Amino acid sequence: MEKSLRKYFPLFALPALICFTLSFLIPMVWGFVLSFCEFATITDATFVGFDNYIKAFTIDNYFTQAFWFTLGFTVITVITINILAFTLALILTKNVPGTNAFRTVFFMPNLIGGIVLGWIWQVVLNGVLAGFEQTLLSDAKYGFWGLVILMNWQNVGYMMVIYIAAIQNISTDMLEAAAIDGANGKTTLFKIIIPSVMPSITICLFLTMTNGFKLYDQNLALTNGAPNHQTEMLALNIFNTFYSRVGFEGVGQAKAVIFTILVAAIALVQLVATRSKEVEN
Amino acid sequence: MAQVGKKYTKWILFAILIVVAAFIIFPILIVLMNSFKGNLFISSAGAFKFPNEQSFVGISNYTNGIDKINFFTAFGYSLWITISSVFFILLLTSMLAWYITRVKGKVTTVIYYLLVFSMIVPFQMVMYTMSKFANMIHIDNPVGIIILYVGFGCGMSTFMFSGFIKSIPIALEEAAMIDGASPVRTFFSVVMPMLKSTAITIAILETMWVWNDYLMPYLVIGTEYRTIPVAIQYLRGGYGSVDMGAMMAMLVLAMIPVIVFFLCCQKYIIKGVLAGAVKG
Repeated sequence: MEKSLRKYFPLFALPALICFTLSFLIPMVWGFVLSFCEFATITDATFVGFDNYIKAFTIDNYFTQAFWFTLGFTVITVITINILAFTLALILTKNVPGTNAFRTVFFMPNLIGGIVLGWIWQVVLNGVLAGFEQTLLSDAKYGFWGLVILMNWQNVGYMMVIYIAAIQNISTDMLEAAAIDGANGKTTLFKIIIPSVMPSITICLFLTMTNGFKLYDQNLALTNGAPNHQTEMLALNIFNTFYSRVGFEGVGQAKAVIFTILVAAIALVQLVATRSKEVEN
Repeated sequence: MAQVGKKYTKWILFAILIVVAAFIIFPILIVLMNSFKGNLFISSAGAFKFPNEQSFVGISNYTNGIDKINFFTAFGYSLWITISSVFFILLLTSMLAWYITRVKGKVTTVIYYLLVFSMIVPFQMVMYTMSKFANMIHIDNPVGIIILYVGFGCGMSTFMFSGFIKSIPIALEEAAMIDGASPVRTFFSVVMPMLKSTAITIAILETMWVWNDYLMPYLVIGTEYRTIPVAIQYLRGGYGSVDMGAMMAMLVLAMIPVIVFFLCCQKYIIKGVLAGAVKG
């Protein structure tokens, strides 16, 4: 069968591969090359070595600032989203009335797109802050915590669904045995439930981590980096380097390469973490 | 005693859930409420007040917003791009996945790893060159952008399809081929029907992505053809002046299709999310 199928490459594989090459491969390689060049149009570039990479950190400190902002944001959202999602999943697997309706409502924000979400929360948060005669843009801390709240609102339901499925998969035999042996709620939680759902915890940790690190739309619609770039995250900073300053396209591309390496590093750690778990099991 | 305690906890938990649910629904209700109020009454402390005789403007925010951003045109573009992109992603990547799973060799292995690699790379890495390149080869229109979506959707979708194809026995396909079916026939009448549930999962995930995507349509076709997210962000205008009334109304209109879609396909969406999370 393999033999007769092999010659069908142009029909089965080629159409998708052409799209993949046009939209990803060529721009990717081209972008990588351009990160070492100075250019105004992508076809007319001069090689400048590592200049753009040095400039990424030296022209202003917005990129470093965006890195720390993104890191802080990611750490906090990873913790809060997962704790909240896990807690809700525990509650929703206890036969509380209306479980299905609650699950539906909690999950719903996840489907609303980032731009729409950003604007929704801009109105709500500005409404709350107006009570204290502040706005979202009057201090970077409002933007930061605003984004944290928004991110929790959007992501908790999603992670919760993953945790619910994992908890429901724990065999009832094991839980009953624990109950008969007199294990209290705390012991059951830490000795049985959490170890059993460990693979899901790993998945959710990495999902929230990459979501946080790559956040763009919500950042754009909520604060657009204001005041004075202080709430600018990495993705937005890269965009602004590309498009709001003429002559800095190369620097933007260099920042994009650094960003890619950071994101790829997270993915690699995830791969190693999931693999080692598989071996243990 | 223990029984009473148990019942008691249940209602406490129920109360907690109600509070959380209220927190989830609250922002949406605020937007809905404000979409009937005049501009001046939205952006201050008045955001939480019900519309009254002074602030109520009927549906003028809606008519005004629809005019301003051509909402229905944007809806049309979003719908067209989402449906056709998802259709071609499903068709082309299932074919690719079958080919690279069944034909073993250096080339197919390299393709597989390139696709996996593309799942990791963030959009920012390629956005600049991709949008300029798309412009150069004239695919910066609502038809051409489908090629870009297929290219970007390729990674995850091929990965999930080939994961599933690996798990189905090859014997069925071989039997069909021995009976004289061509590879094309074998794929469409033997393989494809088996892919149905994976295809639904992928369709859901890709739909959520394409429908809500902002940067790609903004960069590639944004100046001429605006999808819903691009049109909404466009309301911001220059120098931070925003028509908040129209904005509220458009947010409501943008959420309606999403909520309807969710309530219709909830079962598949949740299943899709689970499958996607485990694989991705």
